Amino acid sequence: MKPYHDIGGEPGGEVDQSPYEYSLWELRVDALLRLLSMKAKVMTVDELRRGIETFGENRYNEERYYGKWIFSIASIMVEKGIVSQEELDSRVNDVRDRMEKSL
Amino acid sequence: MPHDHHDHSPIEIDEGRPEEAQVLAEALRELLIEKGLFTAEDMNNQVLAMSKRTPGNGAAIVARAWTDVAYKARLLSDGPAAAREMGFDIGPAQLLVVENTPDVHNVIVCTLCSCYPVLLLGPSPEWYKSKNYRKRTVYEPREVLKEFGTVLPHKEVRVHDSTADMRYMVLPERPEGTEGWSEDQLAGLINVDSLIGVTEANSPA
Repeated sequence: MKPYHDIGGEPGGEVDQSPYEYSLWELRVDALLRLLSMKAKVMTVDELRRGIETFGENRYNEERYYGKWIFSIASIMVEKGIVSQEELDSRVNDVRDRMEKSL
Repeated sequence: MPHDHHDHSPIEIDEGRPEEAQVLAEALRELLIEKGLFTAEDMNNQVLAMSKRTPGNGAAIVARAWTDVAYKARLLSDGPAAAREMGFDIGPAQLLVVENTPDVHNVIVCTLCSCYPVLLLGPSPEWYKSKNYRKRTVYEPREVLKEFGTVLPHKEVRVHDSTADMRYMVLPERPEGTEGWSEDQLAGLINVDSLIGVTEANSPA
């Protein structure tokens, strides 16, 4: 079976040309990949793609561009033992609490 | 109907609540800074550096190639070196510049993901990453070009499918009526659409 990211040649509809402006968090995800690949040298762009191509079709279809990136980067960081799943989950909860309080 | 709702908003976000991806991005940024992989300042500098990478860089390269045949030859034979010559360091990826001629029009896509000369031109437009563009450009490029207002019945259309290791940029044809124009004036005729190849360079007004 064809993997879910291999869509070239499939039928499709009109191309949506609406402009989209990235938020700061999205620009930071871009920066994060550059820092991890070119400065810290702990992951590669190929690993980023492997993460995106294996985290499942639902996530692939639902996340925007940098959403796909951050879920992949997080899984690669856990896989390499640079962060543990537990500390990441715990920090995600902290950050969510802080963001919701500041709304 | 729930079905209709899903067609228009594939990401379910409760009103006013941050997206899951945004929360994860902030959590990871904090943890990796605490672990010393980079500093908050490194990240700010990186965001700033990316904001300076724009299609204007590509436009400057094209304008130089239009006015300097020797530079054009170097650009077509070694894209990264020709970009560096203009002061643009495009990182480790390969860059292949493909030239439009009176007989051939080139257009770029990345069917498998969204590969693009991002370290030269900055992030690609959203439509370039869209599924419909990635799906259709390889089998009906003329129909896709038509949506961008580009109709070229007398030209062969060549589609280039990018990879992470080989990224493309189009060298558009220099429009007629621009004889004697400066590089700055010429660069003003080029935008991201013509560098990807969904349009030609703008004609002089």
